[in-house]
Amino acid sequence: MSHDAAAHHEAHHPALAHHFDSLAQQSEATTLGMWVFLVTEVLFFGGLFATYMIYRSWYPDAFAAASHELDVTLGTINTVVLITSSLTMALAVHAAQLGQRKLLMTFLILTMILGGVFLGIKSVEYYHKFAEHHVPGPDFQFEKEYIRHAQLFFSLYFVMTGLHALHMIIGIGIMLVMLWWSWNGTITEEYSSPIEISGLYWHFVDIVWIFLFPLLYLIGRHAH
Amino acid sequence: MASPTVFMPPRHYLNDGYGIKSWLLTRDHKRIALLYLASVTFFFFLGGAMAVLIRLELATPVGDLVTDETYNKLFTMHGVMMVFFFLIPAIPSVLGNFLVPIMIGAKDLAFPKLNLASWYIYVIGATFTTYSLVTGGLDTGWTFYTPFSTVASSSNVISAALGIFITGFSSILTGLNFIVTIHRMRAPGMTWFRMPLFMWSIYATSLIMVLGTPVVAITIVLVAAERLFHFGFFDPRVGGDPVLFQHLFWFYSHPAVYIMILPAMGVISELVAAFCRKQVFGYKFVAFASVAIAVLGFLVWGHHMFVAGISVYAALVFSILSFLVAVPSAVKVFNWTATMYKGSVSWQTPMLYAIGFIGLFTIGGLTGLFLAAVGLDVHVTDTYFIVAHFHYIMVGGTIMGYLGGLHYWWPKISGRLYNEFLAKISAAIIFVGFNLTFFPQFILGYLGMPRRYHAYPPEFQVLNVLSSAGASILGVGYLLPMIYLMWSLRYGRIAGSNPWGAVGLEWTTTSPPPTENFAETPIVTWEAYDYQAPVEHHVA
Amino acid sequence: MAGRVDNLYFFLLAISIFFSVLIAGLIVFYAIRYRRRDPDSVGTVLHGMMALEVGWTVIPFIISMVIFVWGASVFFAISRPPDETLNIYVVGKQWMWKFQHLDGQREINELHVPVGRPVKLIMTSEDVIHDVFVPAFRVKADVIPGRYTNLWFQPTKPGRYHLFCAEYCGTRHSGMTGEVIVMEPSEFQTWLSGGAPEGSLASAGAKLFQDLACNTCHRPDAQGRGPVLEGLFGKTVQLQSGETNTVDEAYVRESILNPAAKVAAGFQPIMPTFQGLVTEEQLLELVEYVKSLQALPQVQTR
Repeated sequence: MSHDAAAHHEAHHPALAHHFDSLAQQSEATTLGMWVFLVTEVLFFGGLFATYMIYRSWYPDAFAAASHELDVTLGTINTVVLITSSLTMALAVHAAQLGQRKLLMTFLILTMILGGVFLGIKSVEYYHKFAEHHVPGPDFQFEKEYIRHAQLFFSLYFVMTGLHALHMIIGIGIMLVMLWWSWNGTITEEYSSPIEISGLYWHFVDIVWIFLFPLLYLIGRHAH
Repeated sequence: MASPTVFMPPRHYLNDGYGIKSWLLTRDHKRIALLYLASVTFFFFLGGAMAVLIRLELATPVGDLVTDETYNKLFTMHGVMMVFFFLIPAIPSVLGNFLVPIMIGAKDLAFPKLNLASWYIYVIGATFTTYSLVTGGLDTGWTFYTPFSTVASSSNVISAALGIFITGFSSILTGLNFIVTIHRMRAPGMTWFRMPLFMWSIYATSLIMVLGTPVVAITIVLVAAERLFHFGFFDPRVGGDPVLFQHLFWFYSHPAVYIMILPAMGVISELVAAFCRKQVFGYKFVAFASVAIAVLGFLVWGHHMFVAGISVYAALVFSILSFLVAVPSAVKVFNWTATMYKGSVSWQTPMLYAIGFIGLFTIGGLTGLFLAAVGLDVHVTDTYFIVAHFHYIMVGGTIMGYLGGLHYWWPKISGRLYNEFLAKISAAIIFVGFNLTFFPQFILGYLGMPRRYHAYPPEFQVLNVLSSAGASILGVGYLLPMIYLMWSLRYGRIAGSNPWGAVGLEWTTTSPPPTENFAETPIVTWEAYDYQAPVEHHVA
Repeated sequence: MAGRVDNLYFFLLAISIFFSVLIAGLIVFYAIRYRRRDPDSVGTVLHGMMALEVGWTVIPFIISMVIFVWGASVFFAISRPPDETLNIYVVGKQWMWKFQHLDGQREINELHVPVGRPVKLIMTSEDVIHDVFVPAFRVKADVIPGRYTNLWFQPTKPGRYHLFCAEYCGTRHSGMTGEVIVMEPSEFQTWLSGGAPEGSLASAGAKLFQDLACNTCHRPDAQGRGPVLEGLFGKTVQLQSGETNTVDEAYVRESILNPAAKVAAGFQPIMPTFQGLVTEEQLLELVEYVKSLQALPQVQTR
């Protein structure tokens, strides 16, 4: 990754890009870059959340009825799975900072497995929705009183959780790359910032779920 | 203060590697800037060609040149191409990419590979949208209002929307790159308040790019989902609200107009400083005004919706905020004018563009006040008054700023000087053509001619003919720089490192600069635009 | 009303001309007066005069606020129809305007109104968003599917005035034009009594009310399962949710299409929806019918 340009006053680290003066500057820049990117993601999901909030405030009963049809047990398991994966991710970052290669790889693999479990459970939930005719479209079925607005709820459900799942898949892809870099020695005690930055992304995807879960699954839990 | 020895350096970024691979796989921000220059110029002329057809059609009151369907596709694609593929990327991705590292004393942007990726993303997105143009077109207007775009339009909405969605990422990543670069890669001594004002405006623009673009991205996703799967977010038959689309759309698209104007204002600050040879009056005020415009710009989106069915109180809130956002722009205009007082004012072409900008932007901005006044906006919204207003800002403003900047930094980019006489003539032709095209439209709008009309009542013809005549002049004006700038690449006089005798880090390095920008990382000990300091500080 | 809009316009025009001339004049003057004579000369730095900066921030701010207040005042007048208006319903669809007078007169693309009376247009769209724009009256409002929007004007001079669709709505958007024909009151009466074969909107609504069996639940004797509609229009009612709501055109329309949204307090949410079963025109007829139902005199219980 390095180019011979002007002389550097620091050791010629293989991971140091030529336009940076030091690993510290590079690491600060990449970290800031990831934070800025996460801000854009907040705005991206934010538009969806705003749409959801507006329709929910207009049709509270239909949304509660529709939400009731989601599987809270599976949703809760998924929440625990994802929070645990954030823990394993944080442990991976810690291992990377201490230069503990095997531990790092273990935690990365655990994180990916947990991510996979999340996606697996999500697929099961999607399948259930399909079987119960809760997928918006000509096949949609619901109690007559709420059918129009319940369809809106499920449209939002699929777009929001679908977008989240897409981000999870990308996250797992990133973890694969991190695993590869951990294995081939790119990641060292001095150069652990890729793991830290990937960790930031993973935690963000987790946080989005932390908001999605109560908004989608936990309204209308109490009887009217 | 002109550089004493004028020479072309033997090694520079243009000859550092030959062949198509060295360009298409470059990481050099300067080469990437030129890749963007080629692409945005292409889309400018494509969008311009549509404008020519539109103005030709509108020279007569009846729809006799093209069918109404074709006309609707023409104005839609004109808007889409100009807004998304020219106005938003032009100054940031061409001038910004070239200059940000150099102006702050860095070797490159923070993420060079991401920078190249941004260009490819732009090209892919633009290609998608052009594909939808070629295979039948888009007829929703660049604003995609629902439920027309989701339910009633039979044109290529999804592929066009997808193209814009993809291009949006180019914008986001460019903004991200600029923000990190400005925060983390300034040379020693280059404090925030020693940066050129162009950096402040690029920074403010980048904030908007990063915060606003994702919202239009998700809006486009919702429109596409609705069209594909009939979800119903904006369909009243299912309980959706078509006006919600407008809120989501304008939440980005209003700040987007500040993405278009802020960089141009930054260029003008540079031009005024250089061609009056003094620091911009009220430097800090101008810097803060840029940030204020970016922030306030996010709060005014509802002024596009005064007659769309929002409540009276919401309208008043948006009205008052819209007046507030005008104030920092006014502050800038006054500061530029004050800079000229007791300056050493050169009449070289870039300054002509700067003066043109100040005049035309002032008019465009003042007409914004007409629109912020809700009671008056009711009458003029959705008429040619609006069309005139935004063209004054975007063409009289942004494009003049872009051309001024292109002329100012052309010697730095190419190492050559263009023909000054031809350049002055072109600037004059553009100024005259522009005003003749768009001033009559203010009157047309007040008289009641609605926008997006293929045919119109005959009493509006005279003003339309004037406008179309102006457009033909404007078109000639835009073609000329293409010709003489390209010509100068081969036959222009060698420029030397500082042909203008200006102050700024970019003028301390060779023209063209070396790939790594500076032979040695500069250490900055002087204030921005320090024309009072001895010459030796500032000449390579 | 149009005069007020024009006055604001001319005020803004004056301010714009003043500032444009000022700035343009100054920059041209400075460009000439301070033109560079010696190729090496530099400008004279003046140290930032805070008073000037504050001045040219505060003064534009104050001018803006004046314009804001003036614009707001005009806007209030535009947005608030007087209490007594001649109401006319408008249904926009691609690419024509349908006007319905209360007594049943139907017009396509032409709107006859009398001079000197305030007219309120109650509008909706059958498909996409349109907009009614009458430049001569300086009024404009979007016409949106799924809800009612209003605009009002009071014509002052007889004549024919352009009416344009001012929200892009597809292929024949520029063909979706019409005329407002303002007549002397006597002529308007004559025109109106040219008659509507179908009868007034309200009478058509009465027939629909029966045909759709609304009367089985909405009975005047309060024995029905639905609220009594006689005398209800214009009143404020308590909803199941505890909130209150005014019974206006929008509420009546919503209650027909989405009855579960705002159920009246004390009633069960059992009213079926008529979404898809009634057209926009039929909705207007039902709304007018409900409006026409006078409160019955109190019946003494024995």
